[in-house]
Formats: sequence, structure tokens, C-alpha cells
Amino acid sequence: MANFMTTFGIWLAAFFTLSIFSFLYKDNPFYKFAEQVFVGLSASYWLVYTIYNILIPNLFNKLGTDFRGNLILLIPMILGILMLLRMVPKLQWLSRYPLALMIGTSAAMSMLLSFKSDFLSQMAATMVNPFSFSSPVDIVGTILMIVGTLCGVFFFYFSKKQEGFFKVPSKIGIWFLMVSFGASFGYTVMARISLLIGRLDFLLRDWLHIIK
Amino acid sequence: MKRNAPLVVAFIAGLVVLVGGFIPREPFPSIESTLIDWFMIISGFAILLGQASLLHLNITRVKEKMPNWPYYLAGLISFALMLIVGLLWGMEQTPGLLGQGDGIVKSLGAKPFDYLFTNAFIPLSATMFSLLAFYIASAAYRAFIIRTFESNLLMITAVIVMLGRTSFAQLLTGWIPDKLSFLRLPELTNFIMEYPNTAAQRAILISAALGIVGASLRIILGIERSYLGGGK
Repeated sequence: MANFMTTFGIWLAAFFTLSIFSFLYKDNPFYKFAEQVFVGLSASYWLVYTIYNILIPNLFNKLGTDFRGNLILLIPMILGILMLLRMVPKLQWLSRYPLALMIGTSAAMSMLLSFKSDFLSQMAATMVNPFSFSSPVDIVGTILMIVGTLCGVFFFYFSKKQEGFFKVPSKIGIWFLMVSFGASFGYTVMARISLLIGRLDFLLRDWLHIIK
Repeated sequence: MKRNAPLVVAFIAGLVVLVGGFIPREPFPSIESTLIDWFMIISGFAILLGQASLLHLNITRVKEKMPNWPYYLAGLISFALMLIVGLLWGMEQTPGLLGQGDGIVKSLGAKPFDYLFTNAFIPLSATMFSLLAFYIASAAYRAFIIRTFESNLLMITAVIVMLGRTSFAQLLTGWIPDKLSFLRLPELTNFIMEYPNTAAQRAILISAALGIVGASLRIILGIERSYLGGGK
């Protein structure tokens, strides 16, 4: 039985792989079917994941094992239920309270986090002495990094019109950004190509056994 | 009242977390960690809301027999199937309502949820993203025909990084003597990723961080209130 189910699983995976690839020809019923199955499965996956990894360990397990000691957890539970009332048009306004708590907390958290890790840490990491390195490649690279960071930040400074002398660092900033976008693009393409190779490898090796 | 009271809630929650971040003395760290726990639980319910909304939308489409409704029905069936097997027998090491389901694991070779995950979800998501490899190429062609210095810079970097990540790069530039090894494509790729790319990413991070601080302050102070939606 397990052997049959393994083979069935491979055929199922091959069917879905070919159905998605069929979109390269044109939109068709197989693609539409696979697309909706994908939407359903991923929604369900995240729902089950949320239940087992967030709600059960942080709420239901605690309330189940020591209800009296965790009475305070009833507050987020009630707020969570209020959040679900967004589906009821007449009581929709009640969902604003949990939403406000979430937005207020996450705004403050992201403010602290981005100030510490993105702003201060990144500035500190840029303040290095390029001439402390022994290799000429590292020296040139570090100088480029300092110049690139400063010019890039200058490009995002919109409080003053960037003309005349101020246009120069802004222009250099754009060049660095373009290099970075090119690198990200190349990296993304390679990641997608490797996924494609993975799917073709699955079809030719696991499904058709053409590659041994 | 219906609009102002939530603004007060957002202000107090934001203020407590902010103060807790700057004053590491009791009771602020405890209040901050309690709020963060609550945030996680409520966000779990928010995910439930998202899935319920998707379900509601698809059920309406099927009920009203809108165009392509059989596909939405297939989506609903796959949603229900994965949810039911997930709740009954759990996922990975986590038991479900019926425990670990040893009997069904014996016949399937895995838990039903994990079986569907491996044989349906993974192939679907990997193929969906690999499909982008084809469209990204045509999008790149359209972008690269704009012949400016900046677009050339983007294209040259992209080509170097793409080649540098393959074994073909070593074949092309392996002959370059060790003295000039930094000109070999893999080394050049590493250099680009390590220095100019990091510089630009840092500039983006620093600028975005300042933007986030500003936007967060607007939310906490109640200047930005679009998240409350329209209506009274």
C-alpha cells in the first residue's frame, strides 16, 4: 500500500507540475484547476500551521493546563474573536479594537527594531577604516562601500531639490542602486532557474526514470 | 467614539512598547512582553480571518455559479481536505485530534497532511515560481532595450552575477592568472555582492528605517488612521 501511495504521490506531483507548465502555451483548464488547488492548499497549510504553532502553544495549551494562572490570556482571545467579527457587517466596528492594538504594537516594535538594526547597526557597519585591510581588493571594495552608502542615502534625501552640485552624489547613488538591482535581478533569475531545473529533474528522474 | 477609542488603544499600546524599549526597568519589560504575546495571538486570529474571508469569497462564487466556478470548487475541496487531515492527524511531529495516526502513516508512508504537502503543495509552489524564469526573461528584454547608462549598468551586473553563479564562469575566466584573479567571474560576482550591492542595500535600509520611524510615529500619534477603514 505504501509503495502504491508513493507512486501515486509521484504521479500527482507530475500532474500538477505539467498542469502549471501548460500555462506557457496558454491559459487552459488544467492550469486553472492547478492554480485553484494551489490557492486552497496554501491557505489551508497556513491555517493548520497557525493553529498548531501559534494558537495551540501560546493560547489553548496554556489555558488548558493552568486556566486560573493564565486568565489574562482571555483578553487576547476575546480580542481575537472580535477580530473575526469583521465578517459580520453590523458588528464590524468591534474589530477595530484588536486591529488598533496590533497596529499600535507592531508600529512601535518595527520603529524600535528598524532604528536599532537597520539604522544604527548599518551606519556603524559602514564606519570602517578601509586602509586597515591588507588586500587592495578589500581596500577598494570598502571605499566603494562607504561612497556607495553615502551617495545612496543622499539619493533618498528629498527635502532639497537635487540640482547643481547636489546632483553629483545623487547620480552616483543611482549607479550603485542600479548595480544592486542588477545583482538582485541576476540572483533572482538564478534562483528561479534552479527551481526550474529541480522540476525538470523531478520529471525526468523520479517520474519518467530517463535520468538514472 | 467608534473611531476615536481604537486610536487611544493604538496610542497606549505603541507608547508602552516604545517606553519598554528605552527603559529596561520593571514593569515596562513585562508589559512589553505581554503585549508582544497578545500581538502574536491576535495575529493568529487575523490569519484565521484571512482564510475565512477567502473561503467566504469562494463559496459565494460557487453558490452564484460565477464564471469558472468549478475551479473555485476544486480550490474549496483542496482547502477542506488539507484542513481536515491536518486537524485529524496533525503535521510533522505534532499530533492531531486523532493522535499521530500510526495506521494511516503506515499505509501512506507519511501523515496525510505531510503527504499532501510533499506531493501537491511543494510541486505546485516550486513549479509556479519556476514559471517566473520564463516571464522574467521577457520582462528583462523589455527593460534592457532602454539604452541608458543606468540600464546598461543593471544589465552588465545581472549578466556577471548570473554567469558567476554557474560552473561556466570558471570555464570562461579560469585562464586569468592568479595575480588578476579578482577579474575571474566568480570572484567578480562575490566582489559585486559584497561591496557595491551591500552599499546600495545599506542605503535602502538606512533610508527605509527613517521612513518606518516616521510612519510608525504617525500611526502611534493617530495622524495616520487609514487602517481603521471608512465609515463611522
